[in-house]
Parts: sequence; C-alpha cells; structure tokens
Amino acid sequence: MRRRPSTSILCCREGFMELLFYIAGGVAIVSTVLMLTRLNLVHALLYLIVSFLAIAVVFFALGAPFVAALEVIVYAGAIMVLFVFVGMMFNLGQNSVPTEKQWLTPGIWVGPALLSSILFGEVVYLLQANTERMGALPVGPKAVGIALFGPYGIGVELASMLLLAGVVGAYHLGLVETVQPEIQHVTNTDEGRADTGGDLVLAGAHKPARTP
Amino acid sequence: MFSLGLTSLLVRRNLLFVLMSLEVMLNAAGLAFVVAGSRWHQADGQIMFLFILAIAAAEVAAGLALVFQIYRHFNSLDVDKLGEMKG
Repeated sequence: MRRRPSTSILCCREGFMELLFYIAGGVAIVSTVLMLTRLNLVHALLYLIVSFLAIAVVFFALGAPFVAALEVIVYAGAIMVLFVFVGMMFNLGQNSVPTEKQWLTPGIWVGPALLSSILFGEVVYLLQANTERMGALPVGPKAVGIALFGPYGIGVELASMLLLAGVVGAYHLGLVETVQPEIQHVTNTDEGRADTGGDLVLAGAHKPARTP
Repeated sequence: MFSLGLTSLLVRRNLLFVLMSLEVMLNAAGLAFVVAGSRWHQADGQIMFLFILAIAAAEVAAGLALVFQIYRHFNSLDVDKLGEMKG
C-alpha cells in the first residue's frame, strides 16, 4: 500500500525528465531552423547560441553534466565570441550606424528571449529537483576523466596537437595582411629621418661661426 | 539536426553561414555520441564529444581566419563568386 505512491511519483519524475528532454530538443530544433532562415548574421548568431544552450540542457537531462558545462563554455562562449568578433569586423566602416538602428528594433530579441526563457525554466526546475534521479544513471566527470586519461591518452595528445596547429595556422593566416603596411611604415620613417638629418646639417652650416 | 546543418550548407551562399552550419553538423554528431554513451552507460561517448569539441574549436579558428583573408581579397563572401578561384 505504501510502495504504490512512491513508485508512481518516481514514474512521474522519469516521465517529467523525458518531457524536459523532449522540450529542450524541440527548442534546439526550432532555434536551429530559425537560425538557418535568418538573413542577418547577428540574428542568426542569437538563434545559434540558443540552439547550443538547448543542446546543453539536453546533455544535462541525459545525465552528462560535464559535457553540458563544456558545451556552454566552449560552444556558446568561445566559438560564439569568435563568430561575433568576425561579424563585427565585416560590418565595420560601411554605414554601420543606420544598419545598427535598423537591427535594434524591439521585435528581434523576442524569439531568442522566449526560447531561452523556456530553457531557463527547465534549468531552474532541474536544479531544484532531486538530483539523484537525473535521467538514466548519470556518467559524471570523474568517470569521463578516468577514461580520458587512461585508454584515450593518445587521443588527448592528438587533440592537443590539432589545437596547437589550429592556433598557429590561425595566427599565420591572420598575420599575412597586417605585415605589409608595417614594412612600408618603417621605410617611410627611415626616409623621413634621413631628410631631417640633412636639414639639421644645413641649419648648422648657415649659422655664423662662433669665435671665442 | 545533422540534416538541417547539411541542408543549410547546401542552400546558403554566405561563407559565415556555411561555417555556422558546419558547427551545427559537428554539434549534431556530438549529440549522437553522447546519446549513445548515455544509452549504454559508458563514458566513451562523452570522450568522443570532447574530441569533436576540440576539432570544432580548431576548425573555427582556422576557418574564420581564412574567411577574413578571403573577404579582404575579394570584398565578398559569396561562394558562387569565390568559386572561380582566380588568385
């Protein structure tokens, strides 16, 4: 008699977790579709951030909190910052003020705000709920770390080499264009310095010689 | 989600959108790995997701630098215009 309500509650919580999972997945798909149909880069980036956050919530509901945190940090943090930075570099200069005024119409942020408020409600519920029944047997960061530095050590080394190559390559590709004006600048100043040197000599020669 | 990213990769003609759809595709593959790892209670899926994360980070860094150079050379991000590849 007593066991029955407890099992029903547990069943309901499992069902609720599944419901949360499906809601987050739906938010991810909707925001991705909206991202692909935007014509403006910054609006698309907003929806892409919402999509990444939704996938992070999906990971959390699946019982992978470590990967969910990494998703938020690396994807929604670092990669999005790169995209936003490059997008702002492209828009620099050419009539940026009227386009910014056009972008800042208040109807734009309603969609991402709505989707991310759904996600926020889900996260608040997940943090308040009992964390023991988080999805189907969560695989914590400890197990991931043990497996990562045990049998997957060579993969870690390969990933680090890939990241190093990416850093060096990005630095090289970004540097090529900025080297040219600097060389020009240096030669210009050298010429200028030679000219002023000549002037100084002339100015000194025109002065009357001092006779002590 | 992978099919969505692939569709947008084929449809969109802006290089930045192509890169973003590549991100979506990598993310979908990682999601599949994590779902599989959660299904069989193994940590391997999350480790594969970590590797995908590293690959995505390196790809985005190099790709955005390349896109920036292309924009400086050609003054456009249209893939059809860039397809001629005249240096």
